[in-house]
Amino acid sequence: MTEQTLRQWLLTDTPTSRRHAKLSALYQGWLAFRSNTMAMIGLGILLALVLIAAAAPLLAPHDPFVQNLGNRLAPLGSEGHLLGTDSLGRDILSRLIYGARITLYIVALVALIAPIVGLLVGTVSGYVGGWVDIVLMRITDIFLAFPRLVLALAFVAALGAGIENAVIAISLTAWPPYARIARAETLTIRSSDYISAIKLQGAGGFRIITKHIWPLCISSLIVRVTLDMAGIILAAAGLGFLGLGAQPPSPEWGAMISEGRRFILDHWWVATMPGLAIFTVSLAFNLLGDGLRDVLDPKAGE
Amino acid sequence: MNTFARLLTGVAMGVAVSMTSLSAVAETPANMLVIAHRIDDITTIDPAESFEFAGSDISRNVYSRLVMLDPNDLAAGYKPDLAESWEVSEDGKTITFTMREGVTFHSGNPVTAEDAAFSLQRAVILNKTPAFILTQFGFTAENAAETIRADGNKLMITTDKRYATSFVLNCLTATIGAIVDKETVMANEVDGDMGNEWLKTNSAGSGPYKLDSWKPNESVTMSSNPDYYGGAPAMERVIVRHVLESASQRLLLERGDVDIARNLNPEDIAGVSQADGVKVEDELKGRLMYIALNQKHPELSKPEVRQAFKYLIDYEGMRDSFLKGQYTIHQNFLPATYLGASEENPFSYNIEKAKELLEAAGVEDLEIEIGVREAQERIEIGQSFQNAAAQVGIKVNITVGTAKQILGRYRARELDVYLGAWGPDYPDPQTNAGTFAYNPDNSDEANATGLLAWRNSWDTGGLTEKVDAAVVENDRDMRIQMYQDIQAEFRETSPFVIMFQQIEQSALRDNVTDWSTGQAVTSAAYWQVTK
Amino acid sequence: MAVTEGNGKGRLSASLPPWLKTTLLTIGSIAMTMLGLLFITFIIGRVMPIDPVLAIVGERASQSTYDAVFIELGLDKPLVVQFGYYIWDVLHLDFGTSLLNARPVSEDIARVFPATLELATLGIIIGIVIGVPLGVVAAARKGSWIDQVARVLALVGYSMPIFWLGLMGLLIFYGILGWVGGPGRVGIFYVDVVPSVTGLILVDAALDGNWDVFKNAFSHIILPASLLGYFSLAYISRMTRSFMLEQLSAEYITTARVKGMSEWDVIWKHAFKNIRVQLITVIALSYANLLEGSVLTEIIFSWPGIGSYITTALLSADMNAVLGGTVVVGLIFILLNIFSDLLYKVFDPRAN
Repeated sequence: MTEQTLRQWLLTDTPTSRRHAKLSALYQGWLAFRSNTMAMIGLGILLALVLIAAAAPLLAPHDPFVQNLGNRLAPLGSEGHLLGTDSLGRDILSRLIYGARITLYIVALVALIAPIVGLLVGTVSGYVGGWVDIVLMRITDIFLAFPRLVLALAFVAALGAGIENAVIAISLTAWPPYARIARAETLTIRSSDYISAIKLQGAGGFRIITKHIWPLCISSLIVRVTLDMAGIILAAAGLGFLGLGAQPPSPEWGAMISEGRRFILDHWWVATMPGLAIFTVSLAFNLLGDGLRDVLDPKAGE
Repeated sequence: MNTFARLLTGVAMGVAVSMTSLSAVAETPANMLVIAHRIDDITTIDPAESFEFAGSDISRNVYSRLVMLDPNDLAAGYKPDLAESWEVSEDGKTITFTMREGVTFHSGNPVTAEDAAFSLQRAVILNKTPAFILTQFGFTAENAAETIRADGNKLMITTDKRYATSFVLNCLTATIGAIVDKETVMANEVDGDMGNEWLKTNSAGSGPYKLDSWKPNESVTMSSNPDYYGGAPAMERVIVRHVLESASQRLLLERGDVDIARNLNPEDIAGVSQADGVKVEDELKGRLMYIALNQKHPELSKPEVRQAFKYLIDYEGMRDSFLKGQYTIHQNFLPATYLGASEENPFSYNIEKAKELLEAAGVEDLEIEIGVREAQERIEIGQSFQNAAAQVGIKVNITVGTAKQILGRYRARELDVYLGAWGPDYPDPQTNAGTFAYNPDNSDEANATGLLAWRNSWDTGGLTEKVDAAVVENDRDMRIQMYQDIQAEFRETSPFVIMFQQIEQSALRDNVTDWSTGQAVTSAAYWQVTK
Repeated sequence: MAVTEGNGKGRLSASLPPWLKTTLLTIGSIAMTMLGLLFITFIIGRVMPIDPVLAIVGERASQSTYDAVFIELGLDKPLVVQFGYYIWDVLHLDFGTSLLNARPVSEDIARVFPATLELATLGIIIGIVIGVPLGVVAAARKGSWIDQVARVLALVGYSMPIFWLGLMGLLIFYGILGWVGGPGRVGIFYVDVVPSVTGLILVDAALDGNWDVFKNAFSHIILPASLLGYFSLAYISRMTRSFMLEQLSAEYITTARVKGMSEWDVIWKHAFKNIRVQLITVIALSYANLLEGSVLTEIIFSWPGIGSYITTALLSADMNAVLGGTVVVGLIFILLNIFSDLLYKVFDPRAN
């Protein structure tokens, strides 16, 4: 055998093992993804966001909670406060930087909870069928028929305002579409020869769902989740805006807009800056999602 | 306007030279008064039940009472309204009112002593929220027929004890003292509800205005009563439009779409006062902003801790920043301008002092929850307090909720600390003394949820008896002194950190004159307004 | 997004004609969904830490007043009984009385729903009129500048916090430029000027021939409607584009082109014709979202619609109002879904 670079090894047409094949496919996907400039911009923004969130104490010029009533509502570019200060004289830039942590926290939790719940409901429903399917899908319909924000609002109102409850509420409204996708995938997979073969080997339902159906549903779910991230961020911001998300003095972006909207006429930047932050991040997720979709699920894209 | 705004205007002007604007700067008609206000608190307009600010505004203009407060001369106190005069019996328990002749309700029915008796009895029997204002004089559903009775054009009311006459009459200026049209109301009675269901959304008064419509969360429309005994009001139509946002109210005012904007925040007041044709008027209101410490909490019940919290408020910092112009420092439970009010404000922001007091009490690592209603100024006060408390090692967790969420827990004595507001119910010192410093039974079973002292599990340390004594004192100077003494003790011992008294800033088009929101004693009046 | 999945097959008496069976199943599934919707809302209302009694009596109420209202509301009865009573009333089209403004909920909804309907309808019209052609052109000229513009427009639309854009729009177009009317449905002097026939002010004004009112109402609705229109445009144009691309790459299109058919005819007479049904489904869904999901827009623009009605009611524990509003909103969602399902079945040969 001749010497091979890693690149060549990854790009081979004749994989030597299963793992090799998998890695190779991944790498080729990455190459396709990398050529998509917009998606790379999205990824770049998100990586920057993660870095900013991780290094918040180093990056933030001020403590995001320190108040200075004597220097409130300072304008953009004032000394020591690049993005000005808010109603209690807190540095807006620092609050935005710390707020990135909250945004990531919400997104990460929702992205974990909702698809898993959806996957569970969808695959069970699709695989088992019959009454279980009818009941589970009816429940899904019920949740779908609710206005999303109203449902989230109702849950937060029931559970009490707070960031964890906001996450739960958003997850509760976000799972039904995943359940539908997972169910649809399951239905196509269920009747395939491949599953019949495994059944013949005596595998149980649980094993089939977890070992064979779930992995096949994952890629379409990932695409969907990434595309939904922006929606999740916007929903969280909406709850924060209504005062039902993170509680003060937490620098959640939606809540910051809500605080700043009172000054919109004379001190427009107080509400504008967090709005731009939300916009940037959700745009990044959309760009990334578009790119991922092109790679993982080409037929859905164009 | 700031640079950004100017820049945008410039750009837009260029683009839009040929575009005609869809809404030109308007002016309201000369005989119409248009007010932008938050009216989402109105849940009912039955005067026997109505108890919210915007609802009281309606009833003040739609209903007449036995005695009234003159919006042009509020300092004078109560004046004759539907009652032309009154006499007090020898024993001081019975007041006999002589009714004004020739006054009619909007329906055309004459206003009689019988209507007056019915209205007060009805309020007592229905026993809705504000009923305590009357029932505190010993009226009950059972004895109402004897204690409140009409005879010809005279109305007699008999109280269970001898109270200060001014106290009784002051209570009758409240919304619940409104006189309703018995015939009309009883014609709309359903299942013995004394017309309650109907009056919730309709009116039957004799006041300067007739109610045309109340659309929840949208508007209240009134038209003038040409037969009003005091003369038909100048403004023939009054529209109160519900506008939630301060910024929106300001824009409406600046564009001339409304005559008065009532809920502008300090920043918008500052902005609007630079606009052409707009003026700002201040009125000291009765509402107090306070923090209360639950005495069930083992640490918060220590006297030193109670004192320490009074030094943890940045009174001046807040007054001069986000509360600017809308609150003044006030540390006593009687609002300024009330009989017996005190001017003493001994506490100031002093972290060192607070630290010493906490050390003396042996408090360490305290973590408490503060319940705050979802109103921006309160959330900011909460955060300022949280910030100060952090400096003495107390961790404060803010729980923000709607009024109903937070109040429920406060009334159930569940909150560690409550940040809230209290407004007097009628223009007599008893209104606040009887709740801040009065708590005859501090047990859970007493369930005296109406008393602030009870809600905070505070037994008042003997102030209850002093309040009882003050309310029956008929000598004015003596009574003032008694309230001064109660407040002096209250400041030092109570678990209430009273911080601010509200100033209502109304922004008006400058052709509006004689506007009154009722100061600390009553609600807004429209009939004296001219343009 | 089909509501009827057709899974309850066969069990029901096989003797029924198929259309009747389908209809029955559909009605049954609507009923089940509505019941579930109500039940969840009801439970939320009951576990909410807001005290409905307190919402009515206020802070100062004495305990005896409180207790009286508690019993009046039937809160002393077991939950199941309360729910039963509620369902019974709803079946008689009685949604109860709003706890907070003492009016029948049905009256409230009749007042607020037209406001939302008017806004959402204008919004979806804007979305369709701009979104569909944009999507078609973007697909036909794939990769051109117009495709890029469409893509950016859509991406921005997906990513923008609507309440923030609304605030900014209000600031710029009303506050600074004065081009549009402010918050609310109509200027204060135009309130109640025209008789309310449909509840849609634009329509009422037109019926009455009062063009002043029409102009004013239009100046108020145009900004929020454009905002909603933009968000549905983003969705509709993207979906149109991808449906069109699918069609344009199909064989029959190539055949048509080879035959020398003009590009215009290829696009509109062939490809577009074939995506109509899919498109209607997308539009129906988008419309449903506007009808139920414009809470934040309504709040920003003080628009007295059903979204802000439910929200306000929810936050003040006015459960009758919340339940009533949810029924209406849920019903709309379900009906629009069924409508697009039916269309699909009727027009799409593959579905048969």
